[in-house]
Amino acid sequence: MMLRRRDLLTGTALAVVADRLAGAEALTAKIPWQPDAGTPPTPVKPGPWEFFTAQEAATVEALVDRIIPPDPQTPGGKDAGCAVFIDRQLAGGYGHHEGLYNLPPFHDGIVEQGPQSAKGPADTYRAALAALERYCRAQSGAHQGKGFAELPAERQDEILHGLESGTIKLEGVDGQAYFKLLIKDTQQGFFADPIYGGNRNMCAWKMIGFPGARYDYRDWVTRHNERYPYPPVSIGGRPEWTPGKA
Amino acid sequence: MARKLPRRDVAIVGLGWTGSIVANELTDAGLNVVAIERGPWRDTATQYAPNYAQDELRYRIRHELFLRPAQTTFSFRNKQSQTALPIRTWGAFMPPNGVGGGGVHWNAETWRFLPSDFVLRSHLTQRYGAHFLPADTTIQDWGITFDDLEPHYDTFEYLCGTCGTAGNLRGKIQDGGNPFEGPRSRPYPNPAQQQPFGPTLFAKAARELGYKPFPQPSGNMSQAYRNPLGVRQGPCTYCGFCEWFGCANYSKASPQTTILPVLMPKGNFLLRDNSEVTRINLDPSGKRATGVTFVDTSGIEWEQPADLVILAAYTIFNVQLMLLSKIGKPYDPQSNQGVVGRNFTHQTISDCVSFFDHGKFIFNPFINSGAIGMCIDEFNGDNFDHGPHGFIGGGYMGQVQTNGRPIETTPVPPETPAWGAEWKRAVRDNYQSTLKPGTGVHGSMYSYRDVYVDLDPTYRDRLGRPLARITMDFHENELKQNRFLTDKFAEIYHAAGAQRVVKEYRKGPYDITKYQTTHLCGGAIMGSDPKTSALNRYLQSWDVPNLFVMGATAFPQNAGYNPTGTVGALAYWSAAAIRSMYLSNPGPLVHA
Repeated sequence: MMLRRRDLLTGTALAVVADRLAGAEALTAKIPWQPDAGTPPTPVKPGPWEFFTAQEAATVEALVDRIIPPDPQTPGGKDAGCAVFIDRQLAGGYGHHEGLYNLPPFHDGIVEQGPQSAKGPADTYRAALAALERYCRAQSGAHQGKGFAELPAERQDEILHGLESGTIKLEGVDGQAYFKLLIKDTQQGFFADPIYGGNRNMCAWKMIGFPGARYDYRDWVTRHNERYPYPPVSIGGRPEWTPGKA
Repeated sequence: MARKLPRRDVAIVGLGWTGSIVANELTDAGLNVVAIERGPWRDTATQYAPNYAQDELRYRIRHELFLRPAQTTFSFRNKQSQTALPIRTWGAFMPPNGVGGGGVHWNAETWRFLPSDFVLRSHLTQRYGAHFLPADTTIQDWGITFDDLEPHYDTFEYLCGTCGTAGNLRGKIQDGGNPFEGPRSRPYPNPAQQQPFGPTLFAKAARELGYKPFPQPSGNMSQAYRNPLGVRQGPCTYCGFCEWFGCANYSKASPQTTILPVLMPKGNFLLRDNSEVTRINLDPSGKRATGVTFVDTSGIEWEQPADLVILAAYTIFNVQLMLLSKIGKPYDPQSNQGVVGRNFTHQTISDCVSFFDHGKFIFNPFINSGAIGMCIDEFNGDNFDHGPHGFIGGGYMGQVQTNGRPIETTPVPPETPAWGAEWKRAVRDNYQSTLKPGTGVHGSMYSYRDVYVDLDPTYRDRLGRPLARITMDFHENELKQNRFLTDKFAEIYHAAGAQRVVKEYRKGPYDITKYQTTHLCGGAIMGSDPKTSALNRYLQSWDVPNLFVMGATAFPQNAGYNPTGTVGALAYWSAAAIRSMYLSNPGPLVHA
């Protein structure tokens, strides 16, 4: 059973898959210990986009770089890998509501009743990115015919402010809700462990001083108001531990 | 047609804290016990090993260790005039799943309720008069007292290795502990955990304001511990990945680290995992349980006959199973009749986010344990005169921050844009110099006539069973309580030197998308009158005497503390009654 579990691990919603396929067992007079039975995460593979088309990817890279712009100390969303993170998440269980309650009927309620959409984030991204592209290309004036990624940063920010406030509407998509989702996914990619494709070289953790997966601070708990001195560690280790795999 | 399994003495539904406790007690009594658990077997090495347990995305954001709504969920509305809609993704609370239950991923905050909490209605009526209670409240006495429960609190704390400083030892108030707690028969089994900078600063300010701060009682170990069953835990490393996570260090009290290593090897104990109980079976009289029916992962239905049935699932699933099995009269809010579903409660929490000078303060917020923190109890329960304030209830408050995990805990001033260069700068500047306890004000929620659980008329789970439907909203009493407590809380951070304190009051309506602890309580409450309670004082069903129902399901209303200490104590109390009274003479333990 455990070997089968390991083979099936494809995304981050591991237990959903594992729990559903794991058979019911009857256990008595023993602790069900098996060596190497763990369920470690699967780091994302570098390489081609798994969910986005090339054009979508260019748009998302431009978007995440405005949501988290580069500065002299810390890379922006694009170089931090936020678009890669979102791509792999959308290709995995998160993209299609895996594990969530997805039975009908679907009705919109009050906000306090929570999201009621039958559509998963993957469908939302596909529709919203296409609608954003249509909006940008249809502009009049200096930027006519240009996609989001080709616009200067100031114009990109104007469009994002418009989506945020609801003054810019996208055709067939709730642009305001989509932008909220995009901000959340981008920031999650920035701060999640680098094994998921974002936070490259732990750049976001270095920016704030979060030591990552160190897991033992007994020697530091009572050293009040002193900066913790050690650099961050990822679940995947540190880049210098595995040369060529930074 | 269900396939029939050989009869067992006892069938337990769910193997979390209470299921494990009762299973261990009843197998010790020589009974043949089967526990049927909806989720998978869980252990440290398999699911949260030290080389990957610290994964915020996997466990905190994607909820890997919790029940998945695809398996089952609830529907929710604020009031009866609305149509309930299903909770499609978790928000306000996080139902557990699998062996160990919520004990796997709790913070291990291990409190006792106040003596007055157990006699709430009579106490408040005596002190303030009946007219002082909110008109529509259904608060009740529990049918037991703190003194009844004290030995069982003690047993649970010694099982867990709870770390703390006693405040009241056999009636003598102790320095450094909570002076408001009920008298304890002996000290905590372990000294309190060491405190990081934030709680230390908070406690100093609280002391200067005249309060009596004390360390939060913690099930994260301050030192290595061997419990009375011989099971060992290691010292907590303050890793900052506690609540929502399993502990890879074997240093958070959980069924896995305190009791399962003794229970699992027993020959008279059987665990069936990945098996979901769908109903409790009754004989034709409807007054006796004959066992349970469950479905395994292949969809095959099994019948497990048993002489004694113990419901030990998460609060609301106990209520749902009673409703689906037609045990006890369902509650009807119109007539205020019926018992199953009534007195359903949650918790009234709020927070303060306190920004300090970032040139001068370095809090290292990632150095924390789940139950770390310094608290005060001056505004809990009836520890203060409510007369001038016009509300009842209260809560503890404290700097109880559990983490600095960056997806969740990168606080910025409220006027900061949600994205862009300014957001990035604010995250960087404030990370080290901000205190954000998360659940800083931990207030009670009392029960009301229109807050309850029944079965949803429309939405069903994957097996076709109606979802439990929650009808819940905040009442003015709780919102008033929260405003008062949050203001008092903010004063302490100001005194601690914060440049700015942002008060995040709890506001109505109750919002199913905003996390506010997993402390759902009530729905099949204990009491002394079968007209207003589903269970007697031993957690035995009034209607089906060979059914006992564990957990916070039995709380008539929720107090201003985390519930697990009381949940564990009640399980030991009930198990003791089964062993000492029920087994020799099976039948009702209380004659109404």
